[in-house]
Amino acid sequence: MRIALFITCFNDALFPATGKATVTLLERLGCEVRFDPGQTCCGQMHWNTGYHREAAALAARFGEVFAGADAVVTPSASCAAMVRAAYPKLGVEPPEVYELTEFLVDVLDVADVGAYFPHRVTYHPTCHSMRTLGLAGRPERLLRAVRGLELVPLPAAEECCGFGGTFAIKNSDTSVAMVADKIRHVRETAADVLCAVDNSCLAHIGGAISRLRAGVRVLHLAEILAAT
Amino acid sequence: MTPSVAGPSGRPPKFSEAARTALADTQLRRNLAAATHTIRERRAAVVDEVADWEDLRDAGAAVKDRALLRLDSALEELERSVVEAGGTVHWARDAAEANAIVTSLVRATGETEVVKVKSMATQEIGLNEALAAAGITAYETDLAELIVQLGDDWPSHILVPAIHRNRAEILALFQRAMPGVPPDLTDDPAELAAAARAYLRERFLTAKVSISGANFAIAETGTLVVLESEGNGRMCLTLPDTLISVVGIEKVLPAWRDLEVMLQLLPRSSTGERMNPYTSTWTGVTPGDGPQDFHLVLLDNGRTGALADEVGRAALRCIRCSACLNVCPVYERTGGHAYGSVYPGPIGAILTPQLRGVQSALDASLPYASTLCGACADVCPVRIDIPEILVHLRGKVVESRRHRPVPTPEMLMMRSIAWTMGDRGRYESALAQTVRWGRLLSRGGRIRRLPGLLAKWTDARDLPMPPRQSFRAWWRRR
Repeated sequence: MRIALFITCFNDALFPATGKATVTLLERLGCEVRFDPGQTCCGQMHWNTGYHREAAALAARFGEVFAGADAVVTPSASCAAMVRAAYPKLGVEPPEVYELTEFLVDVLDVADVGAYFPHRVTYHPTCHSMRTLGLAGRPERLLRAVRGLELVPLPAAEECCGFGGTFAIKNSDTSVAMVADKIRHVRETAADVLCAVDNSCLAHIGGAISRLRAGVRVLHLAEILAAT
Repeated sequence: MTPSVAGPSGRPPKFSEAARTALADTQLRRNLAAATHTIRERRAAVVDEVADWEDLRDAGAAVKDRALLRLDSALEELERSVVEAGGTVHWARDAAEANAIVTSLVRATGETEVVKVKSMATQEIGLNEALAAAGITAYETDLAELIVQLGDDWPSHILVPAIHRNRAEILALFQRAMPGVPPDLTDDPAELAAAARAYLRERFLTAKVSISGANFAIAETGTLVVLESEGNGRMCLTLPDTLISVVGIEKVLPAWRDLEVMLQLLPRSSTGERMNPYTSTWTGVTPGDGPQDFHLVLLDNGRTGALADEVGRAALRCIRCSACLNVCPVYERTGGHAYGSVYPGPIGAILTPQLRGVQSALDASLPYASTLCGACADVCPVRIDIPEILVHLRGKVVESRRHRPVPTPEMLMMRSIAWTMGDRGRYESALAQTVRWGRLLSRGGRIRRLPGLLAKWTDARDLPMPPRQSFRAWWRRR
């Protein structure tokens, strides 16, 4: 199966390891991965902050870059949600886009991706993955099949971490108050690793954990699934 | 004319600033977390019992849309029905007109005191203050509204306006401000309620005029409906000679049978009860029974403007249940005062800017008072897609700022990012610069201080040092 990888600008610059893990994982599962270097940004930040003209231009550009792709796969739930849910409002026909775990479970129909990750892990369902995409259960199903991995439930998992894109800047005090509670719950699990399917939320939670020296590692789910 | 929706007096700070103050109030945060979690869990439990809840939500949205999309004829039908039943109907374009109508109606009775049923519409227009200026004292009779009124405070929740107060604070307030309070009063909730009951009973028995709002107004029959849980509403609606109801025009329902849907949705969504304790309905005037003089004041105050907005109009479906407040992670931490309006929380963030516009710094900040997490949309009984309307209103805020002679720093940054992202070459050189500067700013593998607008990020959060090689650089070399 031929896949057009949508890496996202955020991952391209700050979290290339997630992109590499996604490629490794998909190739291990027999997919042919292509990466079009013409891709830049899906326009999510502009759309969510109210810069709709700018978002429309970026959406149109995205549509051109990914035109004709059988399946676009991305390791970012919020960018997938942007393309799927907001593009029609911007007058752009969205390409067939899948968040990584959606693609693995719904299209490839795999649960066990052959990963080995001997750590205690907790999973935070990010808001867009849970409410816009409705991923419900797919990431957990994949995590449960990882050898050596102990999955511990996160208390109040469905509560937003406080990232919210530019909310983290515009309302930084409230954003930090929210992440303080998220970190409290993460620490209650005594997990070594917190994982999620959005590096943006993880940068927020992980950034606060790092500042506090709270001693929990944050990792994109793809990096766990690629580990052997 | 710009409609006025009451908020705290003076020039109110924008949301982020007011939130900072609220977040520092640890007592407030305890009170709010405890109260919102309690109601949230109760709601979830009673909603789970209803097998066809999702169908009910569809029906609730459809009923409200049916009224809103033919609001002109629905309101005329309501007027005819009310007049036929012996009531009088008044039309108010804005807060000033509504306050003038109510003031003159009270004056005509010769009374200087009125009792009030809890009502959002009268708070929205600042009716108590307008009456006070005319020498008329309004007594709030809902327990929580009484607490707010005695404390010269501001409501912070639609349904439980004193949610920011705990019982120790209420005891201190009663001892200070409630005439005739028992000297040995404790903070036992039953004792506090009994003290308020004794105080209010005198008001009920002497008042000749009462003022209410309404949860629903039935066009077909001219019936008004109030849901409450203390019986104070029932007293106000039956004992006085004159009843004045101030009702937003979006409260109209087409037919009596529509109540069947609403009376299932509202109690479970708001208080987490299967059935509402006191549901009062009245249709005009009934000779020898209840108030003999009934006035309905229909209030626009910006609603027609909201109705004209194809995306924003869904906010007018709101039945003021507060489920969105109780699940909102932002509201839970900041409380209602930060929203600077009688309508706080997610619904306030989409209603206030539509009623008041987005000109002031506060009103322009409200659509941004959300992470767009979507918890509110999950629980809304009339399926208002609050995040969608928030994003839509953010668009309006940005549009209102596009033609400023000096662009905001954010506008400059957003335009420059969009320009950069519009071209592969520009993007790739910006990517290289980001990695270079990010690495220069890093100490020990993390960035602890960022310049400019991004400094807010590093106030409390690190950023990982960008790896030397971007994803696309790795892909090229692999």
